[in-house]
Amino acid sequence: MKFKNWVYAALPALLVATLAIAPAFAADAPKIDKGDTTWMMTATVLVLVMTIPGLALFYGGLVRSKNMLSMLTQVFYTECIVLLIWVLYGYSLTFTGGSGATADFIGGFSKAFLAGIAPDTPAATFSAGVAIPEGVYVMFQMTFAAITAALILGSVAERTKFSAIALFMPLWITFIYFPIAHMVWYWSGPDAIDAAAKVLAAATDAGAKAKAQEALDAVLADGGYLFKAGAIDFAGGTVVHINSGIAGMVGCLIVGKRIGFGRDNMPPHSLTMTMIGCCLLWFGWFGFNAGSNLEAAGGAVVAFLNTFIATAACAMSWMFVEWIVKGKPSMLGAVSGAVAGLVAVTPASGFAGPMGALVLGLVAGVICFFFCTTVKNTFKYDDALDVFGVHCIGGIVGALGTGILVNPALGGTGVFDYTIGKAADYDMAAQMISQLKAVGITLLWSGIGSAILWKVVDIIVGLRPAAEKEREGLDISDHGERAYNM
Amino acid sequence: MKIVMAIIKPFKLEEVRDALTGIGIHGLTVTEVKGYGRQKGHTEIYRGAEYAVNFLPKLKIEVAVATDQVKKVIGAITGAAKTGQIGDGKIFVYTIDQAVRIRTGETDADAL
Repeated sequence: MKFKNWVYAALPALLVATLAIAPAFAADAPKIDKGDTTWMMTATVLVLVMTIPGLALFYGGLVRSKNMLSMLTQVFYTECIVLLIWVLYGYSLTFTGGSGATADFIGGFSKAFLAGIAPDTPAATFSAGVAIPEGVYVMFQMTFAAITAALILGSVAERTKFSAIALFMPLWITFIYFPIAHMVWYWSGPDAIDAAAKVLAAATDAGAKAKAQEALDAVLADGGYLFKAGAIDFAGGTVVHINSGIAGMVGCLIVGKRIGFGRDNMPPHSLTMTMIGCCLLWFGWFGFNAGSNLEAAGGAVVAFLNTFIATAACAMSWMFVEWIVKGKPSMLGAVSGAVAGLVAVTPASGFAGPMGALVLGLVAGVICFFFCTTVKNTFKYDDALDVFGVHCIGGIVGALGTGILVNPALGGTGVFDYTIGKAADYDMAAQMISQLKAVGITLLWSGIGSAILWKVVDIIVGLRPAAEKEREGLDISDHGERAYNM
Repeated sequence: MKIVMAIIKPFKLEEVRDALTGIGIHGLTVTEVKGYGRQKGHTEIYRGAEYAVNFLPKLKIEVAVATDQVKKVIGAITGAAKTGQIGDGKIFVYTIDQAVRIRTGETDADAL
Protein backbone atom coordinates (compact mmCIF):
# COMPACT_ATOMS: atom_id res chain seq x y z
CA MET A 1 0.00 0.00 0.00
CA LYS A 2 1.25 3.38 -0.91
CA PHE A 3 0.87 6.37 1.31
CA LYS A 4 -0.19 9.35 -0.66
CA ASN A 5 0.08 11.95 1.99
CA TRP A 6 1.40 14.50 -0.47
CA VAL A 7 -2.03 14.70 -2.05
CA TYR A 8 -3.48 15.77 1.27
CA ALA A 9 -0.71 18.17 2.06
CA ALA A 10 -1.61 19.98 -1.12
CA LEU A 11 -5.32 19.65 -0.56
CA PRO A 12 -6.13 23.04 1.00
CA ALA A 13 -4.60 24.86 -1.96
CA LEU A 14 -6.43 22.64 -4.40
CA LEU A 15 -9.66 23.18 -2.54
CA VAL A 16 -9.47 26.92 -2.84
CA ALA A 17 -8.72 26.66 -6.52
CA THR A 18 -11.45 24.20 -7.37
CA LEU A 19 -14.25 24.89 -4.94
CA ALA A 20 -16.67 25.65 -7.70
CA ILE A 21 -15.80 22.67 -9.87
CA ALA A 22 -15.25 19.96 -7.25
CA PRO A 23 -16.47 17.05 -9.42
CA ALA A 24 -13.48 17.66 -11.69
CA PHE A 25 -11.43 15.62 -9.20
CA ALA A 26 -13.18 12.49 -10.33
CA ALA A 27 -12.41 13.04 -13.96
CA ASP A 28 -8.67 12.29 -13.78
CA ALA A 29 -8.06 8.98 -15.50
CA PRO A 30 -5.74 6.69 -13.53
CA LYS A 31 -2.35 6.23 -15.14
CA ILE A 32 -1.04 2.85 -16.29
CA ASP A 33 2.66 2.46 -15.59
CA LYS A 34 4.89 0.21 -17.72
CA GLY A 35 6.96 -0.87 -14.73
CA ASP A 36 3.87 -1.96 -12.79
CA THR A 37 2.56 -3.82 -15.82
CA THR A 38 5.86 -5.64 -16.29
CA TRP A 39 6.01 -6.63 -12.65
CA MET A 40 2.45 -7.93 -12.65
CA MET A 41 3.00 -10.05 -15.75
CA THR A 42 6.11 -11.47 -14.09
CA ALA A 43 4.26 -12.08 -10.82
CA THR A 44 1.52 -13.88 -12.73
CA VAL A 45 3.87 -16.49 -14.20
CA LEU A 46 5.56 -16.83 -10.82
CA VAL A 47 2.23 -17.88 -9.32
CA LEU A 48 1.71 -20.28 -12.23
CA VAL A 49 5.05 -21.90 -11.38
CA MET A 50 3.87 -22.37 -7.80
CA THR A 51 1.15 -24.76 -8.99
CA ILE A 52 2.80 -26.37 -12.00
CA PRO A 53 5.27 -27.77 -11.40
CA GLY A 54 5.82 -26.52 -7.80
CA LEU A 55 2.81 -27.86 -5.94
CA ALA A 56 2.54 -30.86 -8.27
CA LEU A 57 6.08 -31.96 -7.39
CA PHE A 58 5.72 -31.08 -3.71
CA TYR A 59 2.63 -33.28 -3.48
CA GLY A 60 3.84 -35.85 -6.01
CA GLY A 61 6.98 -36.61 -4.05
CA LEU A 62 4.89 -37.28 -0.94
CA VAL A 63 2.65 -39.96 -2.44
CA ARG A 64 3.61 -43.55 -3.22
CA SER A 65 5.11 -44.11 -6.66
CA LYS A 66 1.96 -45.88 -7.89
CA ASN A 67 -0.02 -42.64 -7.46
CA MET A 68 2.56 -40.16 -8.76
CA LEU A 69 0.92 -39.50 -12.12
CA SER A 70 -2.49 -39.33 -10.50
CA MET A 71 -1.25 -36.46 -8.34
CA LEU A 72 0.48 -34.68 -11.23
CA THR A 73 -2.52 -35.09 -13.53
CA GLN A 74 -5.01 -33.85 -10.95
CA VAL A 75 -2.95 -30.72 -10.29
CA PHE A 76 -2.41 -30.05 -14.00
CA TYR A 77 -6.09 -30.60 -14.74
CA THR A 78 -7.11 -28.24 -11.95
CA GLU A 79 -4.83 -25.47 -13.23
CA CYS A 80 -6.26 -25.73 -16.74
CA ILE A 81 -9.95 -26.13 -15.91
CA VAL A 82 -9.94 -23.30 -13.37
CA LEU A 83 -8.15 -21.06 -15.85
CA LEU A 84 -10.88 -21.65 -18.41
CA ILE A 85 -13.74 -21.14 -15.95
CA TRP A 86 -12.05 -17.98 -14.74
CA VAL A 87 -12.13 -16.33 -18.17
CA LEU A 88 -15.65 -17.59 -18.91
CA TYR A 89 -17.39 -16.28 -15.78
CA GLY A 90 -15.12 -16.59 -12.74
CA TYR A 91 -13.47 -13.20 -13.01
CA SER A 92 -16.82 -11.55 -13.50
CA LEU A 93 -18.44 -13.27 -10.52
CA THR A 94 -15.49 -12.38 -8.32
CA PHE A 95 -14.55 -8.88 -9.37
CA THR A 96 -17.73 -7.11 -10.42
CA GLY A 97 -20.19 -5.43 -8.11
CA GLY A 98 -23.14 -7.76 -8.31
CA SER A 99 -26.62 -6.59 -7.50
CA GLY A 100 -29.30 -6.61 -4.83
CA ALA A 101 -29.09 -8.59 -1.62
CA THR A 102 -26.33 -10.89 -2.88
CA ALA A 103 -23.98 -8.09 -3.95
CA ASP A 104 -21.92 -8.43 -0.76
CA PHE A 105 -21.32 -12.11 -1.47
CA ILE A 106 -21.01 -12.57 -5.22
CA GLY A 107 -20.53 -10.41 -8.29
CA GLY A 108 -22.47 -10.43 -11.53
CA PHE A 109 -22.01 -11.49 -15.12
CA SER A 110 -21.24 -8.08 -16.60
CA LYS A 111 -17.67 -9.12 -17.43
CA ALA A 112 -18.44 -12.74 -18.35
CA PHE A 113 -16.30 -13.90 -21.29
CA LEU A 114 -14.06 -10.96 -20.32
CA ALA A 115 -16.52 -8.60 -21.95
CA GLY A 116 -15.34 -5.04 -22.22
CA ILE A 117 -11.74 -5.71 -21.21
CA ALA A 118 -9.63 -3.98 -23.84
CA PRO A 119 -5.80 -3.88 -23.87
CA ASP A 120 -5.77 -0.48 -22.18
CA THR A 121 -8.72 -0.92 -19.81
CA PRO A 122 -7.47 0.18 -16.39
CA ALA A 123 -7.89 -1.85 -13.20
CA ALA A 124 -7.48 -0.20 -9.81
CA THR A 125 -4.44 -0.76 -7.63
CA PHE A 126 -4.14 0.33 -4.01
CA SER A 127 -3.07 3.84 -4.93
CA ALA A 128 -5.41 6.51 -6.23
CA GLY A 129 -4.42 7.56 -9.72
CA VAL A 130 -2.40 4.42 -10.43
CA ALA A 131 -3.80 1.57 -12.52
CA ILE A 132 -2.65 -1.59 -14.23
CA PRO A 133 -4.19 -3.06 -17.38
CA GLU A 134 -7.26 -5.04 -16.38
CA GLY A 135 -6.02 -7.94 -18.51
CA VAL A 136 -3.03 -8.51 -16.26
CA TYR A 137 -5.25 -8.29 -13.18
CA VAL A 138 -7.49 -10.96 -14.72
CA MET A 139 -4.51 -13.27 -15.28
CA PHE A 140 -2.89 -12.61 -11.90
CA GLN A 141 -6.09 -13.42 -10.03
CA MET A 142 -6.68 -16.42 -12.29
CA THR A 143 -3.52 -18.09 -11.04
CA PHE A 144 -4.72 -17.57 -7.45
CA ALA A 145 -7.98 -19.34 -8.14
CA ALA A 146 -6.11 -22.25 -9.71
CA ILE A 147 -3.63 -22.83 -6.89
CA THR A 148 -6.34 -22.58 -4.25
CA ALA A 149 -8.32 -25.36 -5.88
CA ALA A 150 -5.20 -27.46 -6.47
CA LEU A 151 -4.17 -27.26 -2.81
CA ILE A 152 -7.25 -29.31 -1.84
CA LEU A 153 -5.92 -32.30 -3.79
CA GLY A 154 -3.37 -33.15 -1.11
CA SER A 155 -6.04 -34.04 1.45
CA VAL A 156 -7.75 -36.66 -0.70
CA ALA A 157 -4.63 -37.91 -2.47
CA GLU A 158 -4.08 -41.56 -3.41
CA ARG A 159 -7.72 -42.67 -3.21
CA THR A 160 -9.97 -40.30 -5.13
CA LYS A 161 -11.00 -41.09 -8.70
CA PHE A 162 -9.96 -38.69 -11.40
CA SER A 163 -13.56 -38.40 -12.61
CA ALA A 164 -14.57 -37.25 -9.12
CA ILE A 165 -11.87 -34.58 -9.12
CA ALA A 166 -12.85 -33.57 -12.66
CA LEU A 167 -16.38 -32.83 -11.47
CA PHE A 168 -15.53 -31.44 -8.04
CA MET A 169 -13.16 -28.71 -9.20
CA PRO A 170 -15.55 -26.73 -11.45
CA LEU A 171 -18.25 -26.95 -8.76
CA TRP A 172 -15.94 -25.92 -5.94
CA ILE A 173 -14.36 -23.00 -7.72
CA THR A 174 -17.82 -21.70 -8.66
CA PHE A 175 -19.70 -22.12 -5.40
CA ILE A 176 -16.92 -21.69 -2.86
CA TYR A 177 -13.93 -19.82 -4.24
CA PHE A 178 -15.63 -17.08 -6.24
CA PRO A 179 -17.93 -15.98 -3.39
CA ILE A 180 -15.15 -15.96 -0.78
CA ALA A 181 -12.73 -14.11 -3.05
CA HIS A 182 -15.50 -11.61 -3.80
CA MET A 183 -16.30 -11.15 -0.12
CA VAL A 184 -12.69 -10.51 0.85
CA TRP A 185 -11.14 -8.77 -2.15
CA TYR A 186 -13.81 -6.98 -4.13
CA TRP A 187 -13.98 -3.23 -3.57
CA SER A 188 -14.67 -0.17 -5.65
CA GLY A 189 -11.00 0.83 -5.68
CA PRO A 190 -9.10 3.81 -4.33
CA ASP A 191 -9.94 6.22 -7.13
CA ALA A 192 -13.68 6.10 -6.56
CA ILE A 193 -13.28 6.50 -2.80
CA ASP A 194 -10.67 9.18 -3.20
CA ALA A 195 -12.83 11.18 -5.59
CA ALA A 196 -15.95 10.86 -3.44
CA ALA A 197 -13.99 11.83 -0.32
CA LYS A 198 -12.65 14.91 -2.04
CA VAL A 199 -16.10 15.97 -3.12
CA LEU A 200 -17.25 15.61 0.46
CA ALA A 201 -14.30 17.63 1.75
CA ALA A 202 -15.02 20.31 -0.80
CA ALA A 203 -18.72 20.54 0.01
CA THR A 204 -19.58 23.80 1.73
CA ASP A 205 -23.26 23.93 2.59
CA ALA A 206 -25.20 21.29 4.52
CA GLY A 207 -27.17 20.11 1.50
CA ALA A 208 -24.08 19.49 -0.60
CA LYS A 209 -22.36 17.80 2.36
CA ALA A 210 -25.25 15.38 2.85
CA LYS A 211 -25.33 14.59 -0.83
CA ALA A 212 -21.57 14.06 -0.98
CA GLN A 213 -21.69 11.87 2.13
CA GLU A 214 -24.40 9.82 0.49
CA ALA A 215 -22.27 9.42 -2.63
CA LEU A 216 -19.24 8.37 -0.54
CA ASP A 217 -21.35 5.87 1.40
CA ALA A 218 -22.56 4.39 -1.87
CA VAL A 219 -18.97 3.99 -3.07
CA LEU A 220 -17.93 2.42 0.24
CA ALA A 221 -20.92 0.09 0.12
CA ASP A 222 -19.73 -1.28 -3.22
CA GLY A 223 -17.50 -4.01 -1.85
CA GLY A 224 -17.38 -7.58 -0.57
CA TYR A 225 -18.89 -8.42 2.78
CA LEU A 226 -15.64 -9.15 4.59
CA PHE A 227 -13.79 -6.29 2.92
CA LYS A 228 -16.37 -3.91 4.30
CA ALA A 229 -16.14 -5.61 7.69
CA GLY A 230 -12.56 -4.36 7.82
CA ALA A 231 -10.84 -7.73 7.51
CA ILE A 232 -7.38 -7.41 5.99
CA ASP A 233 -5.86 -10.21 3.94
CA PHE A 234 -2.96 -9.10 1.78
CA ALA A 235 -2.46 -12.10 -0.47
CA GLY A 236 -5.00 -14.71 0.55
CA GLY A 237 -4.72 -16.24 4.02
CA THR A 238 -8.49 -16.66 4.18
CA VAL A 239 -9.35 -16.81 0.48
CA VAL A 240 -6.60 -19.25 -0.47
CA HIS A 241 -5.34 -21.16 2.55
CA ILE A 242 -8.13 -21.41 5.11
CA ASN A 243 -10.53 -21.92 2.23
CA SER A 244 -8.62 -24.81 0.61
CA GLY A 245 -7.50 -26.23 3.95
CA ILE A 246 -11.00 -26.71 5.33
CA ALA A 247 -12.31 -27.93 1.95
CA GLY A 248 -9.56 -30.56 2.03
CA MET A 249 -10.36 -31.50 5.62
CA VAL A 250 -14.05 -32.19 4.97
CA GLY A 251 -12.96 -33.91 1.76
CA CYS A 252 -10.68 -36.37 3.54
CA LEU A 253 -13.44 -37.15 6.04
CA ILE A 254 -16.08 -37.74 3.34
CA VAL A 255 -13.81 -39.59 0.90
CA GLY A 256 -12.53 -41.74 3.76
CA LYS A 257 -9.17 -43.17 4.68
CA ARG A 258 -6.81 -44.78 2.22
CA ILE A 259 -6.90 -48.58 2.27
CA GLY A 260 -4.29 -49.67 4.80
CA PHE A 261 -4.08 -46.28 6.53
CA GLY A 262 -2.56 -46.77 9.98
CA ARG A 263 -1.53 -50.35 9.14
CA ASP A 264 0.64 -50.24 6.02
CA ASN A 265 3.73 -48.14 5.60
CA MET A 266 3.00 -45.28 3.21
CA PRO A 267 6.28 -43.40 3.00
CA PRO A 268 6.77 -40.62 0.45
CA HIS A 269 8.24 -42.03 -2.75
CA SER A 270 10.59 -39.13 -3.49
CA LEU A 271 11.45 -36.47 -0.98
CA THR A 272 13.89 -35.17 -3.56
CA MET A 273 10.95 -34.03 -5.66
CA THR A 274 9.20 -32.67 -2.59
CA MET A 275 12.28 -30.54 -1.94
CA ILE A 276 12.28 -29.25 -5.53
CA GLY A 277 8.55 -28.59 -5.31
CA CYS A 278 8.92 -26.67 -2.05
CA CYS A 279 11.65 -24.51 -3.53
CA LEU A 280 9.52 -23.73 -6.59
CA LEU A 281 6.65 -22.84 -4.26
CA TRP A 282 8.88 -20.45 -2.35
CA PHE A 283 10.23 -19.00 -5.61
CA GLY A 284 6.75 -18.47 -7.03
CA TRP A 285 5.38 -17.14 -3.75
CA PHE A 286 7.30 -13.90 -4.30
CA GLY A 287 4.91 -13.29 -7.19
CA PHE A 288 1.98 -14.33 -5.03
CA ASN A 289 2.74 -12.04 -2.09
CA ALA A 290 4.71 -9.16 -3.59
CA GLY A 291 2.51 -9.24 -6.70
CA SER A 292 -0.52 -8.73 -4.48
CA ASN A 293 0.68 -5.18 -4.01
CA LEU A 294 -0.33 -4.66 -7.68
CA GLU A 295 2.43 -2.07 -8.10
CA ALA A 296 6.20 -2.39 -8.30
CA ALA A 297 6.60 -0.11 -5.31
CA GLY A 298 7.64 -0.07 -1.67
CA GLY A 299 4.69 -2.17 -0.59
CA ALA A 300 5.81 -4.95 -2.90
CA VAL A 301 9.26 -4.82 -1.35
CA VAL A 302 7.76 -5.15 2.13
CA ALA A 303 5.89 -8.27 1.03
CA PHE A 304 8.97 -9.62 -0.76
CA LEU A 305 11.14 -9.21 2.32
CA ASN A 306 8.55 -10.78 4.61
CA THR A 307 8.24 -13.72 2.22
CA PHE A 308 11.93 -14.43 2.82
CA ILE A 309 11.94 -13.92 6.56
CA ALA A 310 8.80 -15.71 7.72
CA THR A 311 9.55 -18.71 5.50
CA ALA A 312 13.05 -19.23 6.84
CA ALA A 313 11.90 -18.64 10.42
CA CYS A 314 9.10 -21.19 10.11
CA ALA A 315 11.38 -23.78 8.47
CA MET A 316 13.83 -23.45 11.35
CA SER A 317 11.06 -23.46 13.92
CA TRP A 318 9.53 -26.70 12.58
CA MET A 319 12.92 -28.36 12.16
CA PHE A 320 14.17 -27.62 15.67
CA VAL A 321 10.86 -28.49 17.33
CA GLU A 322 10.90 -31.79 15.46
CA TRP A 323 14.51 -32.36 16.48
CA ILE A 324 13.56 -31.84 20.13
CA VAL A 325 10.29 -33.80 20.07
CA LYS A 326 11.04 -36.63 17.62
CA GLY A 327 14.80 -36.88 18.00
CA LYS A 328 15.84 -36.03 14.44
CA PRO A 329 15.76 -32.89 12.28
CA SER A 330 14.20 -33.99 9.00
CA MET A 331 14.34 -32.57 5.48
CA LEU A 332 10.59 -33.05 5.17
CA GLY A 333 10.18 -31.14 8.43
CA ALA A 334 12.24 -28.23 7.14
CA VAL A 335 10.36 -27.94 3.84
CA SER A 336 6.98 -28.43 5.54
CA GLY A 337 7.93 -25.59 7.84
CA ALA A 338 8.90 -23.45 4.87
CA VAL A 339 5.49 -23.97 3.27
CA ALA A 340 3.72 -23.32 6.59
CA GLY A 341 5.70 -20.08 6.89
CA LEU A 342 4.72 -19.03 3.39
CA VAL A 343 1.09 -19.73 4.23
CA ALA A 344 1.19 -17.83 7.50
CA VAL A 345 2.89 -14.77 6.03
CA THR A 346 0.54 -14.61 3.04
CA PRO A 347 -2.16 -12.44 4.67
CA ALA A 348 0.45 -10.49 6.63
CA SER A 349 3.05 -10.02 3.92
CA GLY A 350 2.20 -6.44 2.99
CA PHE A 351 1.15 -5.38 6.49
CA ALA A 352 3.71 -6.74 8.95
CA GLY A 353 7.16 -5.39 9.62
CA PRO A 354 10.17 -7.66 9.06
CA MET A 355 10.54 -8.61 12.73
CA GLY A 356 6.81 -9.20 12.93
CA ALA A 357 7.15 -11.64 10.04
CA LEU A 358 9.99 -13.39 11.83
CA VAL A 359 7.91 -13.93 14.96
CA LEU A 360 4.92 -15.02 12.87
CA GLY A 361 7.07 -17.65 11.14
CA LEU A 362 8.44 -19.01 14.43
CA VAL A 363 4.96 -19.29 15.95
CA ALA A 364 3.42 -20.87 12.84
CA GLY A 365 6.12 -23.57 12.76
CA VAL A 366 5.30 -24.78 16.25
CA ILE A 367 1.51 -24.68 15.82
CA CYS A 368 1.47 -26.36 12.38
CA PHE A 369 3.88 -29.05 13.59
CA PHE A 370 1.56 -29.73 16.51
CA PHE A 371 -1.46 -30.08 14.20
CA CYS A 372 0.34 -32.31 11.67
CA THR A 373 1.61 -34.66 14.37
CA THR A 374 -0.24 -34.71 17.69
CA VAL A 375 -3.68 -33.54 16.56
CA LYS A 376 -3.71 -35.65 13.40
CA ASN A 377 -2.59 -38.77 15.25
CA THR A 378 -5.11 -38.21 18.03
CA PHE A 379 -8.12 -37.93 15.74
CA LYS A 380 -6.75 -40.30 13.07
CA TYR A 381 -8.12 -38.50 10.02
CA ASP A 382 -6.36 -39.29 6.76
CA ASP A 383 -5.48 -35.80 5.53
CA ALA A 384 -2.89 -37.50 3.35
CA LEU A 385 -0.55 -34.58 2.65
CA ASP A 386 -1.51 -32.33 5.60
CA VAL A 387 -3.45 -29.67 3.75
CA PHE A 388 -5.44 -28.94 6.90
CA GLY A 389 -2.46 -28.86 9.26
CA VAL A 390 -0.35 -26.66 7.02
CA HIS A 391 -2.78 -24.53 5.01
CA CYS A 392 -5.89 -24.19 7.17
CA ILE A 393 -4.05 -23.89 10.47
CA GLY A 394 -1.19 -21.87 8.99
CA GLY A 395 -3.77 -19.64 7.32
CA ILE A 396 -5.61 -19.07 10.60
CA VAL A 397 -2.35 -18.27 12.41
CA GLY A 398 -1.53 -15.84 9.61
CA ALA A 399 -4.95 -14.23 9.44
CA LEU A 400 -5.09 -13.60 13.18
CA GLY A 401 -1.40 -12.70 13.30
CA THR A 402 -1.99 -10.11 10.60
CA GLY A 403 -4.51 -8.36 12.84
CA ILE A 404 -1.81 -8.00 15.49
CA LEU A 405 1.26 -7.36 13.34
CA VAL A 406 -0.33 -4.64 11.21
CA ASN A 407 -0.04 -2.47 14.32
CA PRO A 408 2.39 0.37 13.52
CA ALA A 409 3.72 0.07 17.08
CA LEU A 410 4.96 -3.43 16.15
CA GLY A 411 6.53 -2.29 12.89
CA GLY A 412 3.41 -2.87 10.81
CA THR A 413 2.08 -0.56 8.12
CA GLY A 414 -1.27 0.18 9.72
CA VAL A 415 -4.50 -0.04 7.75
CA PHE A 416 -4.81 2.62 5.09
CA ASP A 417 -8.07 4.53 5.21
CA TYR A 418 -8.82 5.91 1.77
CA THR A 419 -11.52 8.26 3.03
CA ILE A 420 -8.99 10.19 5.09
CA GLY A 421 -5.96 9.40 2.94
CA LYS A 422 -3.74 7.98 5.66
CA ALA A 423 -3.36 5.00 7.98
CA ALA A 424 -6.29 4.76 10.34
CA ASP A 425 -5.68 4.65 14.10
CA TYR A 426 -4.94 1.07 15.05
CA ASP A 427 -7.60 -0.52 17.20
CA MET A 428 -6.54 -4.03 18.14
CA ALA A 429 -9.90 -5.23 19.41
CA ALA A 430 -11.78 -4.01 16.34
CA GLN A 431 -9.17 -5.41 13.98
CA MET A 432 -9.12 -8.82 15.68
CA ILE A 433 -12.92 -9.00 15.58
CA SER A 434 -12.78 -8.33 11.83
CA GLN A 435 -10.08 -10.96 11.37
CA LEU A 436 -12.01 -13.54 13.42
CA LYS A 437 -15.11 -12.80 11.39
CA ALA A 438 -13.20 -13.45 8.16
CA VAL A 439 -11.72 -16.69 9.51
CA GLY A 440 -15.08 -17.88 10.85
CA ILE A 441 -17.06 -17.11 7.73
CA THR A 442 -14.45 -18.74 5.50
CA LEU A 443 -14.43 -21.88 7.67
CA LEU A 444 -18.21 -22.09 7.67
CA TRP A 445 -18.83 -21.23 4.02
CA SER A 446 -16.08 -23.47 2.69
CA GLY A 447 -16.50 -26.20 5.29
CA ILE A 448 -20.24 -26.64 4.82
CA GLY A 449 -20.29 -25.81 1.12
CA SER A 450 -17.43 -28.14 0.28
CA ALA A 451 -19.01 -30.97 2.27
CA ILE A 452 -22.17 -30.60 0.19
CA LEU A 453 -20.17 -30.58 -3.04
CA TRP A 454 -18.15 -33.68 -2.10
CA LYS A 455 -21.45 -35.45 -1.39
CA VAL A 456 -22.96 -34.29 -4.69
CA VAL A 457 -19.92 -35.62 -6.56
CA ASP A 458 -20.15 -38.89 -4.65
CA ILE A 459 -23.77 -39.30 -5.76
CA ILE A 460 -23.12 -38.43 -9.40
CA VAL A 461 -19.83 -40.21 -10.22
CA GLY A 462 -18.63 -41.74 -6.95
CA LEU A 463 -15.53 -40.63 -5.07
CA ARG A 464 -13.59 -43.87 -4.61
CA PRO A 465 -12.23 -46.37 -7.09
CA ALA A 466 -12.81 -50.09 -6.51
CA ALA A 467 -10.56 -51.45 -3.76
CA GLU A 468 -8.39 -53.46 -6.14
CA LYS A 469 -7.90 -50.41 -8.33
CA GLU A 470 -6.84 -48.33 -5.36
CA ARG A 471 -4.38 -51.06 -4.37
CA GLU A 472 -3.00 -51.25 -7.88
CA GLY A 473 -2.52 -47.47 -7.87
CA LEU A 474 -4.39 -44.66 -9.57
CA ASP A 475 -1.66 -44.21 -12.21
CA ILE A 476 -2.64 -47.46 -13.87
CA SER A 477 -6.34 -47.56 -12.98
CA ASP A 478 -7.17 -43.93 -13.80
CA HIS A 479 -4.62 -42.98 -16.43
CA GLY A 480 -3.26 -46.22 -17.92
CA GLU A 481 0.36 -45.17 -17.50
CA ARG A 482 3.14 -45.40 -14.96
CA ALA A 483 5.39 -42.62 -13.67
CA TYR A 484 8.50 -44.75 -13.73
CA ASN A 485 9.38 -47.52 -16.16
CA MET A 486 12.71 -48.76 -14.90
CA MET B 1 28.21 -79.68 -6.86
CA LYS B 2 26.88 -77.20 -4.38
CA ILE B 3 25.46 -73.70 -4.34
CA VAL B 4 26.80 -71.54 -1.58
CA MET B 5 24.20 -68.86 -0.96
CA ALA B 6 25.05 -66.01 1.37
CA ILE B 7 23.00 -63.06 2.64
CA ILE B 8 25.40 -60.21 3.36
CA LYS B 9 25.46 -56.53 4.18
CA PRO B 10 25.30 -54.52 0.95
CA PHE B 11 28.50 -52.57 1.54
CA LYS B 12 30.49 -55.84 1.91
CA LEU B 13 29.96 -56.95 -1.68
CA GLU B 14 33.27 -55.77 -3.11
CA GLU B 15 35.30 -57.31 -0.27
CA VAL B 16 33.50 -60.63 -0.71
CA ARG B 17 34.06 -60.56 -4.45
CA ASP B 18 37.77 -59.85 -3.95
CA ALA B 19 38.08 -62.72 -1.45
CA LEU B 20 36.34 -65.17 -3.80
CA THR B 21 38.47 -64.09 -6.75
CA GLY B 22 41.48 -64.62 -4.49
CA ILE B 23 40.64 -68.32 -4.06
CA GLY B 24 39.98 -68.83 -7.75
CA ILE B 25 36.22 -68.43 -7.90
CA HIS B 26 35.34 -66.53 -11.06
CA GLY B 27 31.62 -65.89 -11.19
CA LEU B 28 28.78 -65.25 -8.84
CA THR B 29 25.21 -63.96 -8.96
CA VAL B 30 24.02 -61.03 -6.84
CA THR B 31 20.41 -60.16 -6.01
CA GLU B 32 19.09 -57.23 -3.99
CA VAL B 33 16.83 -58.61 -1.30
CA LYS B 34 15.09 -57.52 1.89
CA GLY B 35 14.70 -59.48 5.06
CA TYR B 36 14.92 -59.57 8.79
CA GLY B 37 16.68 -61.68 11.37
CA ARG B 38 18.07 -60.76 14.74
CA GLN B 39 18.97 -57.30 13.53
CA LYS B 40 16.05 -55.04 14.30
CA GLY B 41 14.70 -52.58 11.73
CA HIS B 42 14.40 -48.88 12.27
CA THR B 43 11.71 -46.23 12.51
CA GLU B 44 11.10 -43.67 9.79
CA ILE B 45 9.17 -40.50 10.58
CA TYR B 46 7.37 -38.46 7.92
CA ARG B 47 5.72 -35.52 9.68
CA GLY B 48 3.22 -37.21 11.98
CA ALA B 49 3.46 -40.68 10.44
CA GLU B 50 5.89 -43.10 12.06
CA TYR B 51 6.66 -46.28 10.17
CA ALA B 52 8.55 -49.29 11.54
CA VAL B 53 10.77 -50.56 8.75
CA ASN B 54 11.33 -54.21 9.65
CA PHE B 55 12.75 -55.47 6.39
CA LEU B 56 16.28 -54.31 5.81
CA PRO B 57 18.07 -54.25 2.47
CA LYS B 58 20.63 -57.04 2.02
CA LEU B 59 22.43 -58.66 -0.87
CA LYS B 60 22.07 -62.30 -1.73
CA ILE B 61 25.07 -63.86 -3.48
CA GLU B 62 25.06 -67.28 -5.04
CA VAL B 63 28.17 -69.22 -6.02
CA ALA B 64 28.05 -72.63 -7.70
CA VAL B 65 31.17 -74.71 -6.92
CA ALA B 66 32.44 -78.25 -6.80
CA THR B 67 31.70 -79.95 -3.49
CA ASP B 68 35.35 -80.01 -2.38
CA GLN B 69 35.59 -76.21 -2.68
CA VAL B 70 32.66 -75.43 -0.38
CA LYS B 71 34.72 -75.08 2.79
CA LYS B 72 37.14 -72.67 1.15
CA VAL B 73 34.31 -70.56 -0.26
CA ILE B 74 32.57 -70.38 3.11
CA GLY B 75 35.85 -69.32 4.68
CA ALA B 76 36.38 -66.58 2.11
CA ILE B 77 32.85 -65.19 2.45
CA THR B 78 32.89 -65.35 6.24
CA GLY B 79 36.26 -63.64 6.42
CA ALA B 80 35.27 -60.83 4.08
CA ALA B 81 31.67 -60.18 5.17
CA LYS B 82 32.17 -60.27 8.91
CA THR B 83 31.92 -57.03 10.91
CA GLY B 84 31.11 -58.67 14.25
CA GLN B 85 27.83 -56.78 14.50
CA ILE B 86 24.33 -58.24 14.44
CA GLY B 87 23.10 -58.30 10.85
CA ASP B 88 26.23 -59.66 9.14
CA GLY B 89 24.08 -62.28 7.44
CA LYS B 90 23.97 -66.04 6.94
CA ILE B 91 25.33 -68.70 4.59
CA PHE B 92 23.32 -71.64 3.29
CA VAL B 93 24.68 -74.51 1.19
CA TYR B 94 22.57 -76.76 -0.96
CA THR B 95 23.03 -79.42 -3.57
CA ILE B 96 22.78 -78.93 -7.33
CA ASP B 97 21.25 -81.74 -9.38
CA GLN B 98 22.51 -80.57 -12.71
CA ALA B 99 24.45 -77.73 -14.38
CA VAL B 100 24.59 -76.72 -18.06
CA ARG B 101 26.64 -73.98 -19.77
CA ILE B 102 24.23 -72.52 -22.32
CA ARG B 103 26.83 -71.43 -24.88
CA THR B 104 28.64 -74.77 -25.23
CA GLY B 105 26.25 -77.30 -23.83
CA GLU B 106 28.91 -78.49 -21.33
CA THR B 107 27.41 -80.12 -18.27
CA ASP B 108 28.01 -80.47 -14.53
CA ALA B 109 31.62 -79.92 -13.35
CA ASP B 110 32.68 -78.64 -16.77
CA ALA B 111 29.89 -76.11 -16.71
CA LEU B 112 30.92 -74.51 -13.39
